[in-house]
Amino acid sequence: MKGLAPITAAVAALAAVPLVVQSNTALNFLVMTLLIALAGQGWNVLGGYGGQYSFGHAAFFGTGVYVTAILQVHYGVNAWFSFAAGIAGGAAVGALIGALTFRVGLRGSYFALVTLAFAEVLRIIASVAPITGAGVGILIKLDLRVAAFQFQSRAVFYWIILALVSISLLIAQAIERSRFGAWLIAVRENEDAAKALGVNVGRVKLGAMIVSAAITAAAGCFYAQYFLFVDSGIAYGTRTSIEALLTPIIGGVGTVFGPLLGALAVNALSEGAKLVAGDAPGLSLIVYGCVLVLVIAFAPRGLIGLVEMARLRVARSTTREAAHG
Amino acid sequence: MFSLVILITAVLNGLLTGAVYALVALGLTLIYGVLHIINFAHGALLSAALFAAFFAFKLLGLDPYLAALLLAPAFFVLGYALQRLVIGPVSHGNDRNMLLVTLGLSVVIENFLLYAFRADTRTIDVPYAFQTIDLGFTFLPIPRLIGFVVVFAVALALWVFMRFTDVGKAIRAVAKEKLGAQLVGIDVAHVYAMTFGLGTACVAIAACLLIPTFYVNPTVGEAFVLIAFTIVVLGGMGSVPGALIGGLLIGVVESLSGLFFGESLGQLGIFLIFIAVLLVKPTGLFGAKA
Amino acid sequence: MVEPLLSVERVSCRFGGLLAVNGASLKAEAGRITALIGPNGAGKTTLFAIISGFQRASEGVVRYRGESITGLPPYELARRGIARTFQIVQPFAGLSARENILVGAHLRHPKRSDALAVADIVGREVGLGDLLDRSANTLTIAGRKRLELARALATEPKLLLLDEVLAGLNPTEIREIVPIIRRLCERGVTILMIEHVMQAVMSLSQHVFVLAEGSIIAAGTPAEVAADRAVVEAYLGHGAVKKLGGAYG
Repeated sequence: MKGLAPITAAVAALAAVPLVVQSNTALNFLVMTLLIALAGQGWNVLGGYGGQYSFGHAAFFGTGVYVTAILQVHYGVNAWFSFAAGIAGGAAVGALIGALTFRVGLRGSYFALVTLAFAEVLRIIASVAPITGAGVGILIKLDLRVAAFQFQSRAVFYWIILALVSISLLIAQAIERSRFGAWLIAVRENEDAAKALGVNVGRVKLGAMIVSAAITAAAGCFYAQYFLFVDSGIAYGTRTSIEALLTPIIGGVGTVFGPLLGALAVNALSEGAKLVAGDAPGLSLIVYGCVLVLVIAFAPRGLIGLVEMARLRVARSTTREAAHG
Repeated sequence: MFSLVILITAVLNGLLTGAVYALVALGLTLIYGVLHIINFAHGALLSAALFAAFFAFKLLGLDPYLAALLLAPAFFVLGYALQRLVIGPVSHGNDRNMLLVTLGLSVVIENFLLYAFRADTRTIDVPYAFQTIDLGFTFLPIPRLIGFVVVFAVALALWVFMRFTDVGKAIRAVAKEKLGAQLVGIDVAHVYAMTFGLGTACVAIAACLLIPTFYVNPTVGEAFVLIAFTIVVLGGMGSVPGALIGGLLIGVVESLSGLFFGESLGQLGIFLIFIAVLLVKPTGLFGAKA
Repeated sequence: MVEPLLSVERVSCRFGGLLAVNGASLKAEAGRITALIGPNGAGKTTLFAIISGFQRASEGVVRYRGESITGLPPYELARRGIARTFQIVQPFAGLSARENILVGAHLRHPKRSDALAVADIVGREVGLGDLLDRSANTLTIAGRKRLELARALATEPKLLLLDEVLAGLNPTEIREIVPIIRRLCERGVTILMIEHVMQAVMSLSQHVFVLAEGSIIAAGTPAEVAADRAVVEAYLGHGAVKKLGGAYG
């Protein structure tokens, strides 16, 4: 099928990387990149395709993180099941926030504000509640067995996160080609016109929110298993929300591969900044903020948008040559 | 349970603190009323102003109330420049872009403060920080009283400015009807920048009023601004009386809840009120636009 | 007596102290073109907004095929077969013309390939054939009007509400669109149109309602309404009939 070729090619190429690259540092960088990409893929469903900009996507990431950690550590639940439960938990939080905000018709700045507030509320609760370890956080015990979703080899983690990212790519493509996607994009472009054409705007937004939350929650679940330590700042902090929105915006909102490209750029910038100026607090975020403003100023449709414009320019000049030739 | 004196003191203290909240909210609502954007960078600017006031005291020996005379114009210029040179041009008039740009600015400013000055909390020592005035049945802190008076003086000054000066009238014109204002020759970009500057100046004054009795660190601004957002949403986006009354109200609510429920839940309560108001009545008690 | 497809019964709409629509009643017979005319500010667009679910009526009932649809949301009305265009065109600016029409087509066709086929057909029907791949924001105003029409048509409506679809078009463009609208009626689509372009109202519609200051002041065939004193006064001002002399009875 022609449609699946780009995704298959990209995934195959990425899957081959650990066979060539052995260094742990490099693999770690790639795992983090894919993790950020996954969080961004989630944001992209609601923000990129749906045009609803959430400033609090950490709410879903953090829920994935904590459900996975709490079920394992406090209730002895199997790690894989906890992972799945984390995704479900994130989706449920998405459904709740979506039901509350979309029913009232909140959009634009108000929606961004409310999502920010929800993420902050969760962070504050997590920073004091005993079950989340309050100020100390939760430590998942090291248990290098497959059944405990922990692996000696970093490559295995890499392939797992790659699998998750691949699923998110497929979801994005499926959305683009479905009626739901056409309706979601219509809502983004013009809500009133969409309503007049039979689109149940509230239901479409809610659906997008749930899918978006589930994908970002999956990134959180993976984070818990990979790092084995979670706390409220990591789970529900602003940095996570910013990374989730920055990756699609840099890469290209509303595209299948945007968040993946953006994640590479974001992580490279973050690591680059650390190399140049040391691991100082706040440095990465300064870079993120500047990049955000620069991207909006000069490349609002992201890297993929720039590629598209270049392609159009080439096409136009070749047709011009052909016409004059 | 609590004696009447304690309750009244709590209410009075709430009013005093609420006044400063109101000033921060005033800046926010002014910007929203004219530019129709939610200035996500407001909190970071407050943090920056607090640091500026701190260093004015430490390095220049300037008393905060005097520093306000220096910082208000300085931050006005900063706000003007941010809107004129960054936010305005970068967003190309697109609402979604404006959201992202102010978010980006907020992240840059706050984290620059974090990077430059670390997360340590700082305070200043002024001789009158703990002085109180004796009302007979209770005592009220002098800095807070001064703050209360200054806030109302600023609000009055702003009102006079808006009503009687040409720039003020231009601002009101743009807030009401941008296209019409452009058609009569008003430079909208300039008005936007002036408004942003005024809002930022409010924040600078608020910082100077806060610093005698409050602490300084990069994230303080965010906490204040969430309260300011709550006030603005409660009082109505773009409504100046709403910001003032809302501020006083929230100050009293916070003070009383601190009395009954303890400090740590205070911030959580504010957030929850905020979410509740947004969901139930986004136009607020006084606002018209949503 | 066949029941009208659309029946608006004593609908009023109040905005604070302002009564924008005051007890207006009108009917649109199935298979016909009905026009709603009136001077600016009469309340026509508000009435349209009420019929199409974008505005709540303070009083009155709107019936479609005998059933009350008052207060139903726009997407539900679209599903029941009521489509509308907007006075100020609302294209999905970032999408191509075809993708715009696709959204409408998807109402009845969940599968993308089916919906694309329908979008193609409808696009050609309104004369956008060559422009289907162009971005919606590169179309001229006439092109956008056609796109607006095509999108609504793609939902396969039984009742089509056209809100000043001819506004902003020059005489040539009007001459090109009028036959398209007439053909729609011949196909069985009932049309209710708000229009200021009188020549189109006269030549297209079989029945006309006149709204002035929120109330229906006249109803009848185009010829009857044109000769009505109250209508002339509504457009030209009080006392106009006297000034114009004995032409009006």
